[in-house]
Amino acid sequence: MASAASEEAVKAAKVLMVGAGGIGCELLKTLALTGFSDIHLIDLDTIEVSNLNRQFLFRKSHVGQSKAHVARDAVLKFRPKINISSYHANVKDAQFNVDFFKQFNVVLNGLDNLDARRHVNRLCLAAEVPLVESGTTGFLGQVTVHVKGKTECYECQPKPVPKSYPVCTITSTPSKFVHCIVWAKDLLFAKLFGDKNQDNDLNVHSKDGSSSKSDVFERDVDEDLDQYARRIYDHVFGYNIEVALDNEETWKNRRRPTPVYIRDTLPEETVQQNGTSRECNNGHEEPSAMASLGFRNPQEIWTLADNSRVFLETLKLFFEKRQKEIGNLIFDKDDQLAVELVTSAANIRAHSFGIPLHSLFEAKGVAGNIVHAVATTNAMIAGLIVIEAVKVLQGDYKNYRMTYCLEHAKRKMLLMPVEPFEPNESCYVCSETPLLLDVNTKTTKLREVIDKIIKSKLGMNLPLVMIGSTLVFEDGDGLEEDEAANYALNLEKVLAELPAPVINGTKLTVEDFQQELSCSINIKHREEFDEEKEPDGMVLSGWSAPVEKQVTSNGGKLAASSSSAHDTVGDASANPGTKRKLDEVLESKENCDASSSAQVIEDDDDTIMLDEDPTLLKKKRSQ
Amino acid sequence: MGGAGAEEELTAQETALYDRQIRVWGVDAQKRLSKAHVLVCGVNGTTIEFCKNIVLAGVGSLSLMDDHIVTQDDLNANFLIPPDESIYGGRSRAEVCCESLKDFNPMVRVAVAKGDPSLIDGEFLDRFDIIVVSCRPLKTKLFINDNCRKRSKHIAFYSIECKDSCGEIFADLQNHSYVQKMPGKEPEQQELTYPSLQEAISVPWKSLPKKTTKLYFAMRGRNPGETSLSDLPAVLARRKEMCDRMSLNESQIPTVLLERLLAAGKKEHPPVCAILGGILGQEVIKSISCKGDPMKNFFYFDTADGKGVMEDVPPTPAD
Repeated sequence: MASAASEEAVKAAKVLMVGAGGIGCELLKTLALTGFSDIHLIDLDTIEVSNLNRQFLFRKSHVGQSKAHVARDAVLKFRPKINISSYHANVKDAQFNVDFFKQFNVVLNGLDNLDARRHVNRLCLAAEVPLVESGTTGFLGQVTVHVKGKTECYECQPKPVPKSYPVCTITSTPSKFVHCIVWAKDLLFAKLFGDKNQDNDLNVHSKDGSSSKSDVFERDVDEDLDQYARRIYDHVFGYNIEVALDNEETWKNRRRPTPVYIRDTLPEETVQQNGTSRECNNGHEEPSAMASLGFRNPQEIWTLADNSRVFLETLKLFFEKRQKEIGNLIFDKDDQLAVELVTSAANIRAHSFGIPLHSLFEAKGVAGNIVHAVATTNAMIAGLIVIEAVKVLQGDYKNYRMTYCLEHAKRKMLLMPVEPFEPNESCYVCSETPLLLDVNTKTTKLREVIDKIIKSKLGMNLPLVMIGSTLVFEDGDGLEEDEAANYALNLEKVLAELPAPVINGTKLTVEDFQQELSCSINIKHREEFDEEKEPDGMVLSGWSAPVEKQVTSNGGKLAASSSSAHDTVGDASANPGTKRKLDEVLESKENCDASSSAQVIEDDDDTIMLDEDPTLLKKKRSQ
Repeated sequence: MGGAGAEEELTAQETALYDRQIRVWGVDAQKRLSKAHVLVCGVNGTTIEFCKNIVLAGVGSLSLMDDHIVTQDDLNANFLIPPDESIYGGRSRAEVCCESLKDFNPMVRVAVAKGDPSLIDGEFLDRFDIIVVSCRPLKTKLFINDNCRKRSKHIAFYSIECKDSCGEIFADLQNHSYVQKMPGKEPEQQELTYPSLQEAISVPWKSLPKKTTKLYFAMRGRNPGETSLSDLPAVLARRKEMCDRMSLNESQIPTVLLERLLAAGKKEHPPVCAILGGILGQEVIKSISCKGDPMKNFFYFDTADGKGVMEDVPPTPAD
């Protein structure tokens, strides 16, 4: 409320905003109007056309420029006398350390990924600065307040980590369209146009004696493009499926896929015909198979034949117009030709496996992890953030609220405030409880534990791993050559063979200095892991003793996080220190963190979340 | 409402710009938006939030009606007015804000509608699909709402007010058909019938549910515009008179609340402008696209309890 006291608090406040995107633009504007006069703003992104439907501080002429800087300039236009410091940088950079965070009265997040959110959460805890978190997806949104010691931290309730798919589902037994997309993007596209040195699970060998190739994907010098394209088509959609069918066991209880050959899908089109039917492609425009074939509507679901035409055409266009990039390309959702290739390939594969086909528009959303977004939700959330920020500045902790913006009113409420929880005593981030890791210490390398658990699940950036007093790994700059070499060696050792052997009952100490986070992991040796249910080959649990814990407030079906392995859906009243009626919040499947993509495909009951770093199957060769 | 879903596709430019929101409400809704015409009477911190939202959404046109000359006070909650007297001096609020709004989306026609809202005639209203009125006397709102209802064209009417840290939105969609999609269910056609503004504020108070938001009652007695705490005695007397007449206990309209509303005057707390403008933006988009449950028929937000609540007045009889 605009009382004299709050006005004073606002005028004197120094705030940090992380993110200058959808929420950030609205938030910066509202902060400035409300009287805030010292604002720091961090954002690593540059402006894209698809931002302009809601990030209203930006204009078409700004595309390519820094969001943080442009946002600052735009707001200074109507509040020229306030102080806005903008950083075109990653909040995870070393310069934004605990001392940096300590200068602020409150931190306001407008981020779009879990990783950065966790990082900021840890720094705020370390600096003892209150954090106001937020997220939006379509019509849904929420604002939450996190004050060390008084409320839960952002990680007290496990957030669902992005879903990963077992390799075999992608390579052999897809059952959903998203599996076909991942195949098309991470295997086929990568194999065709990405780094040749990457490991890739796509079968490249032909049993066909007539081919002298070891790698079917290699194009002969001067090999006719049409022929090459058709050869690839037949190999991945025809031959590879036949190979898969040979394995009877796989198909005992599953629908058998149908191999697809170009002679069947496009029987009448000879090589020459295909060539002349292409429309003249204006040399100045971005090459596009859709343009070249005359398909105008990205919302249309193409037939198998048309998908095949698009597939062949995209292949040819890459080689004809973008030869130089081949070998270096990474899939980018804003690369029209890449999206066309992935869409058509995924659709042809989907057809083989009896999965419904999708339009380019839909496929792009899945492949690009696109979060749907509108201006209105962001505006409302920004307003709510400022209201909480003002309470925080005045230390009005009895009135802190977590506010949920609903699409369908509950008990007449479209905006539902709920009292925050007290901190979770078992939270490994703010309460330092040890974790438990089930792993095969005889076969698992240190590198796997660091990648899959410490960096990925625990969200540490530059971790340090100690066993007792032995430092087995450190990440970061400023390492001596021999130290670095030693750590590189350790990475490739299995746990049981590390300089300080890791066996059942060993305790690892893991730290990240920048985040000022330290935690212990107790190791439990286990021989076998279920390939489908435990694809990582190791299981992390966040609580040392099984506790009745409710399903996370981030959508019941999503939690693929293995830290919930020991969780059971419990009674809200069993949770110590509850201050609010959880059941109302939990029942609502609408409360989603924007870090989780909402329902991507409407006819699919499972809510799908995709990894922001979608190179799920990438296996790097060691340096 | 907003013209039939046209056969022509969205342009490549529109598809690229609107990609993220098309993923929310679909191509058909986007096409309808592009054919919709909106009139806003009364330019203030809250209505310009709404204007920003619908211009970004891509409506066909937006007309602003507000001949008041821009003053220093207008700069408090309105980010569309550059703080430079050489730019805004001597010009109307509508004119200055139109200029800024155009920049947000070149595909939307943004124009000034000169005139007095209390004198708008029926034919003029026919140009629009949506009318939003703010900061006008009740008499003017009733007049416009009544005129909307008299037209054969379907025109949706909204009123919106921000009183410092709280506010109210009212909607009259007359007869509204739309598609409702609840999670886990198939889309269903729904029909709603709305009361007029006159009906909605004339409901006998004792017939309303006990838990009806106090703001509903508190906002009925006052007039927008310059008010202050010195008006309190008159307002309290009015409260007594209305409560006696409506057989409502005076405690249902707390003095504290009335004091807040009076002290608010013309002040608008920017976060509340953003919230109200956001809700109204969403509602208008739902109305134009005929998709999604529209609010029926009042919405209230109060920073004091942080709730954003809908009230159905008069309550729809249960089936």
